[in-house]
Amino acid sequence: MTAADPPVSVSSRKWTNPFAGIWRRPLTAAALAVVLTVTVAVILAPLLAPHPPLAQDLLHARGGPSASHPLGTDELGRDVLSRLLYGGRPALLGVGVAVSVYIVLGMSLGILAGYLRGWTDRVIVGLMDVMLSVPAVIIMLAVLAIFSQSNVAAMLTLGFLSAAGLARIIRSSCIALREELFVDAARVSGLSAARIMARHIFPGLVGLLLVQMCLFSGIALMVQTGLGFLGLATPPPAPSWGGMVGEASQVMEQSPSLLLISGGLIGLMSVAFGLLGDGLRDLTQDRRQGTGSRSQRPVPVAVAKDTAEASDTPPDAGVLAVRDYSIAFATPQGPRTVVDSVSFTVNTGEIFGLVGESGSGKTVTGLSLLGLLAPNGTVTGGSAWLAGRRISGLPERDLQRIRGSEIALVSQEPMVALDPNFTIGSQLSEVVRRTGAVSGGKDAVGQRVRELLSSVHLRDPDDIARRHPHELSGGMLQRVAIAMALAGSPKVLIADEPTTALDVTVQAGILDLLRSLRDERGMAIILITHDLGVVADSCDRAIVMEQGRIVEEGSVEDIFYRPQHPYTKKLIESTPSIARTEGRVA
Amino acid sequence: MFPIIFRRLALAVPLLVIVSAITSLLESFVPGDPARTILGINATQEQYDALRATLHLDKPFAEQYWLYLRDILHGDFGSSLFSGESVLALIGQRLPVTLILVIGATVLSTLVGVLLGVYSATRGRVSRRLFDIVSLLGSALPNFWLALMLVSLFAIRFPIFPATGYTPFAQSPGQWAAGLVLPVIALSIGGVALISKITRDAMLSTLGLDYIRTLRASGVRPASIVWKHALRSCGLPVATAIGITMIAYIPGTILVENIFTLPGLGTTVVDATNQHDLPVVQGVAITFTMLVIAINLLVDVLYSLLNPKVRVA
Amino acid sequence: MTGTPVLQLDGLAVRYPSRGFRKPPTTVIEDVSFEVGRAETVALVGESGSGKTTIGRAVLGLTPVSGGRVLLDGRDITRLTGRARRALAPDLQAIFQNPYGSLNPALPVGRTLAEPLLADSTRSPREVRAHITDLLRRVGLPEDAADRYPAQFSGGQRQRIAIARAVARQPKIIICDEPTSALDVTTQAAALDLLAELQQSLGCAYLFITHDLAVVKEFAARTLVLQHGHIVEEGRSTDVCDQPQHEYTQRLVAAAPVPDPVLQRTRRQKRLELHATS
Repeated sequence: MTAADPPVSVSSRKWTNPFAGIWRRPLTAAALAVVLTVTVAVILAPLLAPHPPLAQDLLHARGGPSASHPLGTDELGRDVLSRLLYGGRPALLGVGVAVSVYIVLGMSLGILAGYLRGWTDRVIVGLMDVMLSVPAVIIMLAVLAIFSQSNVAAMLTLGFLSAAGLARIIRSSCIALREELFVDAARVSGLSAARIMARHIFPGLVGLLLVQMCLFSGIALMVQTGLGFLGLATPPPAPSWGGMVGEASQVMEQSPSLLLISGGLIGLMSVAFGLLGDGLRDLTQDRRQGTGSRSQRPVPVAVAKDTAEASDTPPDAGVLAVRDYSIAFATPQGPRTVVDSVSFTVNTGEIFGLVGESGSGKTVTGLSLLGLLAPNGTVTGGSAWLAGRRISGLPERDLQRIRGSEIALVSQEPMVALDPNFTIGSQLSEVVRRTGAVSGGKDAVGQRVRELLSSVHLRDPDDIARRHPHELSGGMLQRVAIAMALAGSPKVLIADEPTTALDVTVQAGILDLLRSLRDERGMAIILITHDLGVVADSCDRAIVMEQGRIVEEGSVEDIFYRPQHPYTKKLIESTPSIARTEGRVA
Repeated sequence: MFPIIFRRLALAVPLLVIVSAITSLLESFVPGDPARTILGINATQEQYDALRATLHLDKPFAEQYWLYLRDILHGDFGSSLFSGESVLALIGQRLPVTLILVIGATVLSTLVGVLLGVYSATRGRVSRRLFDIVSLLGSALPNFWLALMLVSLFAIRFPIFPATGYTPFAQSPGQWAAGLVLPVIALSIGGVALISKITRDAMLSTLGLDYIRTLRASGVRPASIVWKHALRSCGLPVATAIGITMIAYIPGTILVENIFTLPGLGTTVVDATNQHDLPVVQGVAITFTMLVIAINLLVDVLYSLLNPKVRVA
Repeated sequence: MTGTPVLQLDGLAVRYPSRGFRKPPTTVIEDVSFEVGRAETVALVGESGSGKTTIGRAVLGLTPVSGGRVLLDGRDITRLTGRARRALAPDLQAIFQNPYGSLNPALPVGRTLAEPLLADSTRSPREVRAHITDLLRRVGLPEDAADRYPAQFSGGQRQRIAIARAVARQPKIIICDEPTSALDVTTQAAALDLLAELQQSLGCAYLFITHDLAVVKEFAARTLVLQHGHIVEEGRSTDVCDQPQHEYTQRLVAAAPVPDPVLQRTRRQKRLELHATS
């Protein structure tokens, strides 16, 4: 070790400021400024107000803005600005009281329940259920019926009854955080429960707490001014924001501006609370994801104009041909090319491997052929041809007609690839009706669904058709997904890592199925995979991609036995094999 | 499904006990003597004792509460300290107006909210931005103020609808409906903002799911993907939002009824609060609690209908 | 293998209470017994639902044990909690499957690496810092990595950070739960090399939990095959892979594809024959 220690921070009590980075979000910063300015002005009302709030000047009643009355006067000639400044006091006092109770009580209950679990949790959850079902406002009215005009008593009640809502949120995020793998890792590292709370759980809750505080402030302000409007919380003639709206509504026809000013101020504060809450939530999320501000817009991708007309003549070989094909994604740092001038040809009746590691562009290439790129992705150059017809750059409506009937997709995660809300039968029927060109009614469709399910070697098609996706295993669901892809008898099937999520014994069955479908139907299958074992097992030809470029192309025998590119060699060497004899550790 | 309903109903009993207990407890803080307040100073000692007995004021608090609870379970909510009218009769007479407002606003905000939410989820960035602003204003601006703005616009500036007042349905269905238009719109603004936002967010995350891609890859029509498959998946969050909205509308009616002077429970309870008429406040509180329980029950049933995993099991 | 094994499992069982009325508890693992010797690598192989991850979590005290014993260095640690469980941290460590979830995204890498060292309060901050720099160098990461956040690293680099955390206090055994299955093959190969190298220099044992028989054959000396919570086969990894005895192991071996088209064709033929006869 050299004398100069590198600047490594190890302190365990480093405070993460929840407001850090707020200046990159002008709207949030503005909202914070509004809340602070109004609050300070209201607190300093005796110093700032140009007139006493109750001083009447009937000669200047309902006067417009003037030097001595910047916001004019009301129907009794009282200065509106002064009344607004003083009128904010009951409103903000009420909000302060309610929010304090809400935070203290909600946080204590939530953390107790979420961290201790067991009986404490059950008792608190029961209590929360009851508190959440009590209509808070009506209890406030009952309180006001007893403690007449007591703003503080009413708002204490509101904070108390609403605290259950906060407790529920804190509890569930506490529980979610406890389940995080990094909390397990901290336990294994030998950290005490208190330290785990302080390092991993509490910092995650601070942002959440601030967000809820802002949102609840908005609610409390609405309730308090509502009470004021009904004349329940502040006895007239003392000014209050809500009361001023009430007074203005009496003279709405004569001086509509009074209503705009008084209500507008409440609205402004309330909107500011809302914006502040949303902004802080986004800031917290950015931090948790460890990224900087994400408010920047992605820079859109420019499509090279000349490529659009570049090649209008279809290449004569293969059912699917891709020529000088490039894809880019819009990112805040500018367009990022993920596929760079790739060309390949897939023939009828062959299983064609698209091989590469993560980030190689293999999946993006496959999805773009179906026109299913994420919204920020664009084909920036080159062309793709399906059976002599150009499919790159087709409008969405034409693509819809091709999808399912000319070219189809089987995706990686069978457990989430089917709609959980509908039975297998109803989903397949919809696709059959749309693409299958089945003449006849319901019976014909049902018959076709049964045929499809049998063709993927599912034993009891009628039973499968009646089930929802969650009732089937991953292997069965992948077979159903293949059946769905077959419904329109496509010429090309794109299988995107179809076995990666499956156990190895199930994988073998799915690969067998894909091979037999190719043999029976003469389809072309594009098999996208990272697994060289799968390539060796199922593919006839393949391309190897690295960072958006094709580095190797050929028959599988060429690729495995005579690799040209060093990356291909490295890939083959790195792939563990059960048949290999030498190992790393004896 | 039945265990959930059972749990809700089991919760209803302690809830009613607690709400009635809170309000009764508050009653013991009443300054002065309610019987004296009601009867005025000219009443005889016999009248006074009789009223104290009917209000159970001659008993200790615990017994007062127990007797009150027993009366409630027998359907006797006592009578107003002011008019002497039966609280139950009063509630029965005022409840329909409040219910119409709540149901009308729920239907309106569900329709508008879901349509807006789906629309903004399937359109481009500009409409999404615009939607954010409108939704923020809708949820953050105080609804009593928005209600007043509606009045000043559609009843005073352009007199299309009546500003205040209520016409019974039997008297004139047309005027009845016209009188409810502005109150229902005023009540539903916050709910539209919430429901559309939840619908939009749920829709956006659903449209990014794998199975939507599967359906698109299989050539299923976009209309079917959005309105049949994706919207169905948004069912749970949207149902939750509708439940929250509906529950929020119950206290919301208090302000709206007072602005439009509608004879509902909201005006009743505010008047009663001003007059310290506790039996009426208690009666309305219990009615509102029962409404909340009923809505929660409804949402639970909706939940189990929407969740395929619960339905099948 | 000489002396007491580092880790010994004796009839370990984990059962969860079932939801619902009077349903018998769900058995996740049942009667699992094996030993891991000093500086030895033992692989635990099984498909999803076999209970392999549960065994690792039970050893680490992250899942309650229903029956049997776990011995670390001959000492019963089955039901240790709190302070006594924390005291095991210097000897018993873990590397988890998901390098994205096992590092707190809100903490700079240096602070995550300081965690195991903070638990040992005898070190000065200066020593801790020096140690972290040393750890980063050992796992092949730049020194300034300590100040960066997990999101700024690739999956392979994150797994190196997790490895650094696990070896920080030179444990006797590390539970590796699918440490490379989320990685690309070239990254996986490098991570396995790193683990092998660390074993050489630190002399720690690995309980290597995986679904991938091919990795097992290259990496572990001994292999246990797990099916439905039971150990169905146990032996030297080469024997298990080359001459599997149990019917389930045979199916597993036959289904694993090899990166060699001609060889794989004959293996597939054999698998289909095996399938036809069973």
